[in-house]
Amino acid sequence: MNSLYSELQWLPRPPQEFSRMLKALVNSSGPLGRELQSLALHALDLNQLTNLAKAIGRARSDDRSLDPLTPFRLAVLSNSTLDLIVPALVASAARHGIALEVVHPSFEQVAQEALTPDSLVNTSKPDGVLLALDYRALPLKHSLADAEASAATVQGAIGYLQALRDGIKTYSSAVCIFQTFAPPVETLFGSLDRAVPGTLRSIVGSINRELTGYLFASGDVLLDVAGLAETVGLADWHDPRMWNMAKFSFAEELVPLYADHVARMIAAIRGKSRKVLILDLDNTVWGGVIGDDGLEGIKVAQGDATGEAHLAVQRLALDLRDRGIVLAVSSKNTDEVARLPFEQHPEMLLKLEHIAVFQANWNDKATNVQAIADELSLGLDAMVFLDDNPVERGLVRRLLPQVAVPELPDEPAYYARTLTAGGYFEAVAFATEDLKRAVYYQDNAKRATLQRQIGGVDAYLASLGMTITFQPFDATGRARIVQLINKSNQYNLTTRRYTDPEVTAAENDPEVLTLQVRLADIFGDNGMICVVICRPGNVGVWSIDTWLMSCRVLGRKVEHMVLREILQHARAAGIHTLAGTYRPTDRNKLAADHYAKLGFTQVEEEASRTTHWELLVATADPESAPMSVVSLGFAASGTSLV
Amino acid sequence: MDEPEIYTRLTKVFRDVFGEDSIQVTPELSADDVDDWDSLAHIRLLLTVEKAFKIKFSTSEVGKLQNVGDLVTLIKART
Repeated sequence: MNSLYSELQWLPRPPQEFSRMLKALVNSSGPLGRELQSLALHALDLNQLTNLAKAIGRARSDDRSLDPLTPFRLAVLSNSTLDLIVPALVASAARHGIALEVVHPSFEQVAQEALTPDSLVNTSKPDGVLLALDYRALPLKHSLADAEASAATVQGAIGYLQALRDGIKTYSSAVCIFQTFAPPVETLFGSLDRAVPGTLRSIVGSINRELTGYLFASGDVLLDVAGLAETVGLADWHDPRMWNMAKFSFAEELVPLYADHVARMIAAIRGKSRKVLILDLDNTVWGGVIGDDGLEGIKVAQGDATGEAHLAVQRLALDLRDRGIVLAVSSKNTDEVARLPFEQHPEMLLKLEHIAVFQANWNDKATNVQAIADELSLGLDAMVFLDDNPVERGLVRRLLPQVAVPELPDEPAYYARTLTAGGYFEAVAFATEDLKRAVYYQDNAKRATLQRQIGGVDAYLASLGMTITFQPFDATGRARIVQLINKSNQYNLTTRRYTDPEVTAAENDPEVLTLQVRLADIFGDNGMICVVICRPGNVGVWSIDTWLMSCRVLGRKVEHMVLREILQHARAAGIHTLAGTYRPTDRNKLAADHYAKLGFTQVEEEASRTTHWELLVATADPESAPMSVVSLGFAASGTSLV
Repeated sequence: MDEPEIYTRLTKVFRDVFGEDSIQVTPELSADDVDDWDSLAHIRLLLTVEKAFKIKFSTSEVGKLQNVGDLVTLIKART
């Protein structure tokens, strides 16, 4: 079995004293959430995961808070025994910042649970339903070499899965997480199994393809268990002895790996995926030490085994950047020496233009990582720090525990694989805006430069030639809207997370005002930068349920323009008052004075420091900013250019 | 492997499985004596024993085990 995967080798080994530390924690009276998470951040085996989950269960039954872990209730439907898996899910979720509660009916109750309105699953109001099915759960008829019957079998299986989904969607608002099916190992002909219709291998392959296509359109979430099983090897994944003995659908040794994959998917649904890759240089991005070995001495060329290993790290970093991950550098070097290979080495794939923040100095790495986070206006929990040096890794882990720091093996050939195995950048959807995100951050740096040149902020804003576009939620924007609602932490007034079905419900509700806002300027299109949901409150009142903005466009008076747009719709709808709420988290201080700045009056402050604000529509007149306004697709007011 | 060595290793296995550092492994110890020793913990226990001693039990052997003494006899025959 490949130990990188089966032993979660991107995570540090658990401390010798793990059991004792866990027990001490349970018996302490201090805050638990962060401490449980830091224990969970080790490469725990099934026993350790089980014991950690027990501790979490005890804390819950004692009514102890698990803050700041994010609650998530997951119902699991399965045709196999889940009892070993459920505790592993709970403990692995803590690793990813989630306080997971699992609802699981007894196994083999899949259809009954999905299709009955008052079933355990449907009445438990889950946030998500995981369909942890393996191929033995499907109605598969054998029809060897009969292409038509095989196609019917595939359609039958897909139909069954769709029926489960429809049941869940009818009776709850949960997001559905489907799994692809790991094909069985045993072949009938051998290689021919892939070609002959009706063999299990060919049928399961077809089902996976169909299911993936269906989910891409339906907005449900896909957990690629077939891909995971292939990664570790099907013969290691399937263990017939365990199936016979206890109806475990895969080898017990792989439960920690599987549980981590489920947990990172839930974390991604809750917007906890990481956004930035911080690279060390010497012996990470290239082989050798630039300060000692010089430009000719470092290994970064094709044809040299060490050089190719480091080029693979560069290639991966570039590919990640292409899908929207921001790259930064933290190196203990003199700045101009560290930049030399980027500027002059012909074989370097990474260029300075790919790096959003370049920190080469002699400060400790924790200070540098913090500086990078500050410069990008992103939280430490958005950062992944890749460094070959265990001392630096240990330091960053200890001083900045929110930063993800993968362990690396001695052999640089495995660096790239180890980084991807950690799943730090897991995504549940991919919007075209993601492609451009890394570029936005760099354009922002350019805008800042321009600002310095021009001087006055107003003149600067006018020089940007901005166009702001307002639209109600629609199918085209939905994936990005859901993503923003679940990812935005900083300029987010209420930090309410909604799933795709909940967003669709708001979209379709004529009583609800929804806004998706885009901003373009001379540097290019910023894409969707703001989402607003106003729900009806008391008669004549709109309550601003959600207002979030991308940090990329702060300081451009976008919020004033958004308020002007809301007011226009409010007047048309006969609304006299807007009610705003600011719910403080440890991430959204940026938005604390949002409503005060916009002329709202504070009417209440709760003990939780949540504040309530009001604005009278009749007299409100927020400042205007130099940008042209486009308002599209609103049923009531029609298209208007202000 | 001699019995004391087996018991030493088994004690560590039991402590890992049940997360309880006070467990003393004796030949008479059985599922009735440990709170969390249910059928699933039993499977976890056997899997951990297999890993610790680098052996594999057959499905039929697993069904016959009554207490730690039986388990030690089985391990002794295999190591």
